[in-house]
Amino acid sequence: MTACRKLKRWAGAVLPALYCASASAQAVQAQWRPLSFAVFAAIIALTLYVTYRAAGKVKTSADFYAAGGGISGVQNGWAIAGDYLSAASFLGIAGLISLYGYDGFMYSVGWLVAYITVLLVIAEPCRNIGRYTMGDILAFRNNPRIVKACMALSTITVATFYLTAQMVGGGVLVKTLVGIDYEYSVITVGALMLGYVLFGGMVATTYVQIIKAVLLVCASLVMVLLVWRQFGFGGPAYFQAIVDNVGIQDRVAGLLGASAAQLSGEELGRRFLEPGLYLKSPVDQISLGMALVLGTAGMPHILMRFFTVPSAQAARTSVIWAMAIIGGFYVLTLFLGTGAAMLVGPTDILAADRGGNMAAPLLAQFLGGGPDALLGNLMLSFVAAVAFATIVAVVAGLVLAAASAMSHDIWVGVIKGEHATDAEETRAARICSLIVGALAIVIGILAQGQNVAHLVALAFAVAASANLPVILLTLYWRRCNTVGVVAGLVVGTASAIGLVLVSPNMTYPDTVRATQRALMDSHLARMAELGAGDDSGELQTLHKAVALAEAEIAKLGERSTSLVGLTAPWFPLRNPGLVSIPLGFLAVVIGSLCYRDRRAEDMWEELYVRSNTGIGRSGAQAH
Amino acid sequence: MSRADNHWVAIHADPAFQALHAEKTRFLWGLMAFSISYYFLLPLGAAWFTDIYRKQIWGPLNVGLVFALSQFVVAWGVAWLYARRAAKFDAMAAAIAHKAAHL
Repeated sequence: MTACRKLKRWAGAVLPALYCASASAQAVQAQWRPLSFAVFAAIIALTLYVTYRAAGKVKTSADFYAAGGGISGVQNGWAIAGDYLSAASFLGIAGLISLYGYDGFMYSVGWLVAYITVLLVIAEPCRNIGRYTMGDILAFRNNPRIVKACMALSTITVATFYLTAQMVGGGVLVKTLVGIDYEYSVITVGALMLGYVLFGGMVATTYVQIIKAVLLVCASLVMVLLVWRQFGFGGPAYFQAIVDNVGIQDRVAGLLGASAAQLSGEELGRRFLEPGLYLKSPVDQISLGMALVLGTAGMPHILMRFFTVPSAQAARTSVIWAMAIIGGFYVLTLFLGTGAAMLVGPTDILAADRGGNMAAPLLAQFLGGGPDALLGNLMLSFVAAVAFATIVAVVAGLVLAAASAMSHDIWVGVIKGEHATDAEETRAARICSLIVGALAIVIGILAQGQNVAHLVALAFAVAASANLPVILLTLYWRRCNTVGVVAGLVVGTASAIGLVLVSPNMTYPDTVRATQRALMDSHLARMAELGAGDDSGELQTLHKAVALAEAEIAKLGERSTSLVGLTAPWFPLRNPGLVSIPLGFLAVVIGSLCYRDRRAEDMWEELYVRSNTGIGRSGAQAH
Repeated sequence: MSRADNHWVAIHADPAFQALHAEKTRFLWGLMAFSISYYFLLPLGAAWFTDIYRKQIWGPLNVGLVFALSQFVVAWGVAWLYARRAAKFDAMAAAIAHKAAHL
């Protein structure tokens, strides 16, 4: 089998890079480096073995796009959880909780509630109507060429935003965790991910997701039990320990500033378990909540997972499993975050990474006995390797979704007018994966140092404003037609992106200058207060902070306006969902009402009967 | 093919299918409306009812924390409720599919 031989050759090229990765690990001391490498290699080897086994099974385009519909409901549930629990939720939410307490936990809730929409109104109808892509669902009773082209563009847009955030976040993370250069970490992530997708298609991508999700959940469970043991497995006693923790009390005092002066230590500790330390704007939060609750159901890599199961019942089972796993994981995260806050301490977490991403890895190291113990380093390496596998697997899912839209919708559907042999389509899908994967690596490297955190929210906003309205109304509204679908996709995407471009997410040089100058002034004042003779180390810290602020100002150069030429934001919210989602729905409705399409209406009964009963689409495809 | 002899129109008009449609619509959209409202109460309450959220009910556990944890229980409850009801929908759909095969 040539695919397998190619896979071996390619693995031979990636593994040495990984050795360099683990060898120069930052958080791990020299004597433990071989150990760190062994853990990384073991996990990567496991995923490669799975890819090797899967490569033999991928023969047709149905195998490549949808694993031949042969994934079971439970397996798919784990794979959905794997797709969803990106490094942002694993490391990011644990970090937010460790630094901001309650607000970090509240932030995680929306990510689970999102699956109720998927479960109740999306998963089963999509399984019954579509084959491989979101474009298939729309093409059922609309003009196939037009809607497939538009839907594919929207899929690629959403996937690219999400992908860029993952690549940049992943590059930074791998750099922090194991200490290799940013470019190399992006290339390593990209090369591994391409290996999974190219050789094993959806089969390998699914199994890699399952492995990663199982490892992630097990690692978190073990860590939570170890944390809990330190506090005698108590319920209220655990939370009392949070309130009484001096490190947490100091952190809250630092966040509250002057208003903390009259509060006692215990009151400060209690504030950690109350809202308001991180999320300041309720309207923005509701806007984000809307984007999550409606956007998850419009995420191409999530929807695509429902084409891999044999029936609508299996699709339902998979969402229920995914909800149990994802929800359980977020509850564990509450304990990981608060455990890290108590045992590692917010000061050390912030010192390792300003966003708090190192909270979980540092907690693992602490639980194993600290930086000098074998077990501590083993656990740190394990968590780092799982985080690495997480990034690679999520990127693989996204690349597969974008590549399928390119090959199945655009190349076969639009360019070839559905006339392509299966061998041609499978080859096209692989070529498209290679293109998307290469693009992901290039974008990842080009976007180095850019602030990409808002791109995840933007991906969800576009999915909620463009993809979800057209899918939902195609499935549930008789009058919906091609004009409405095109209008919805265009208006939804354009309004979500447009509003972000004029939102506070962008960099406004004047504002940045003003805040950095104010910061510098307060540092300089404090330095003058201390005088040159101070040797407590505070002076040095202040010098560094001033240099940092100067660098921030220097980075802006002569610019005085944002990317789109504004000096201050037009739109007050960081998340556009509150406005762009209703606009997307409205555009579908108005577009559909302006134009009467008899064929789309005549097809309604067929679509609605099929989507509710699964007639004409049951059982796995034979291979 | 004219509308009158369209196989799908016949199934769609079948009282068994209409019953499935009516029951599913009521159940699913009702559950949807409930879960989404329940979720949005969390950030709304955190912003405007901070005093209630702060109230301690079980040692240091306050209302806000218990409410946030209840979101998980409610989401799982909705999934469980739907899974239970879906068995009935499946049976109705299977009967319709069986009848359609012999139409």
